[in-house]
Amino acid sequence: MYTTPFDYHRAVNLDDALKMLADNPDAKLLAGGHSLIPTMKLRLASPSALIDISALDELRGIRTDGDMLILGAGVTHAELLYDKTVAEYAPLMPDMARWVGDPMVRNRGTVGGVVAHADPAADYPAGLLTLGASFKLKSAGGERVVGVDDYFKGMFETALQEGEIVTEIHIPRQAGKGAYEKFRHPASHYAIVGVAALASPEGVKVAMTGAGPKAVRLTQVEQAIGSDLSDENIKSATENAVDAGSLLSDRFASAEYRAHLAGVLAKRALMRVK
Amino acid sequence: MSLVPVTININGTPTPAQVEPRMLLVQFLRDELELTGTHVGCDTSQCGACTVSLNGEAVKSCTLFAVQADGMDVQTIEGIGSMDDLHPIQAAFWEQHGLQCGFCTPGMIMASAEIIRRNPDPSEEEIREQLGGNFCRCTGYHNIVKAISSAAAVMREKGAEAGQAADD
Ligand SMILES: Cc1cc2nc3c(=O)[nH]c(=O)nc-3n(C[C@H](O)[C@H](O)[C@H](O)COP(=O)(O)OP(=O)(O)OC[C@H]3O[C@@H](n4cnc5c(N)ncnc54)[C@H](O)[C@@H]3O)c2cc1C
Ligand code: FES
Ligand code: FES
Repeated sequence: MYTTPFDYHRAVNLDDALKMLADNPDAKLLAGGHSLIPTMKLRLASPSALIDISALDELRGIRTDGDMLILGAGVTHAELLYDKTVAEYAPLMPDMARWVGDPMVRNRGTVGGVVAHADPAADYPAGLLTLGASFKLKSAGGERVVGVDDYFKGMFETALQEGEIVTEIHIPRQAGKGAYEKFRHPASHYAIVGVAALASPEGVKVAMTGAGPKAVRLTQVEQAIGSDLSDENIKSATENAVDAGSLLSDRFASAEYRAHLAGVLAKRALMRVK
Repeated sequence: MSLVPVTININGTPTPAQVEPRMLLVQFLRDELELTGTHVGCDTSQCGACTVSLNGEAVKSCTLFAVQADGMDVQTIEGIGSMDDLHPIQAAFWEQHGLQCGFCTPGMIMASAEIIRRNPDPSEEEIREQLGGNFCRCTGYHNIVKAISSAAAVMREKGAEAGQAADD
């Protein structure tokens, strides 16, 4: 399948990319291309120009600053999955990365691309909500850092403004056990429902993706759990815990089935963090 | 839309060309270079028939523009072995009956190389999980999994021999 024609620009550095983005409001950034290219092939997107940021060193590295893990937006799913620093600082990230697509998708797709695209069926948003991540967004005019609670707005909707690039993902060092459980679409591997759980000294956090228009914290489950991670309490806190009301219904799964799955996956994830 | 000059190192040969930005890598390989071993099964990024190696990592060549591969190394099924000197993975697919119609096979072999690169001794469960992006409509996967296990064993042995020779 051919996409519509476009001009191709390979950015030489971040400033170059920011300038091109500011000058071409109709252009799109191309990172791993694993959401954008399929969308363009289906002609659901037809940008006049692509600005390729996939080769930018400035977006690549994985580093730490005190207790903060800092991922460049261009870090691939495979890099997240196999990196030692990530495994030490935020083991919940590779526990999600192993679920993303397949090895070929993981070699190209990037964490920044997931954050920017905000696909309702993406995996990371669930874990990023429990970890309290934040995102550095840069534009030609400056930069700002937005916390995860204020960042994901809706289906494919985020706080990202025109002309801004996600440059870094900041993840506070994980202070307890984390786990991600997923029921995936058998062909695409996207999440039909995914649930992340994190048990830290601050309390237990649980978040769900795939089921609704955007990833959300399951506060009702968190409150029912409190700090009691006994088998009985996990069971009662997750059974029928999710209301189908606001969930997605499509040809893959009804809202009721998604609600049921969310309870089951929350139970499995919580059993792993106790 | 203007053509873009690229030089892609294909199976070890630097290959200069002028490409339209929207040309996919798989179209470049098949239609321009007539390297038709790389297949298109779905064109929606799911079947893995188009898998090639880009700078040593397996990727789906239907989900990458040829311009993006400028200056990079691409290896296709044509570059992995030859009729006289099959790659151990190719030999194992043959010996273990890892194919029937053969449509998925080039992608399967390139994906197998990735599995073995990431873990030279993968368990059966791991092989099945890591093959999630490669569809086969004929074999039922069973002999593909056997072929990958057996290729991995041969490659480990060869690696050990090579290591031994280097030590001697
Ligand atoms: C077969 C298949 C299976 C998949 N399975 C899963 C799965 O199981 N789970 C999952 O979570 N995902 C899955 N994905 C999606 C994959 O993770 C994508 O890599 C990801 O959603 C997008 O990242 P990308 O780097 O490829 O972004 P691209 O496709 O390059 O870009 C996506 C969008 O984000 C914008 N963008 C990219 N980077 C930035 C940036 N740094 N700043 C601002 N905007 C930016 C682009 O302009 C574009 O609009 C799958 C994809 C495929 C093809
Ligand atoms: S043709 Fe590329 S994944 Fe199917
Ligand atoms: S051998 Fe026919 S599709 Fe795999």
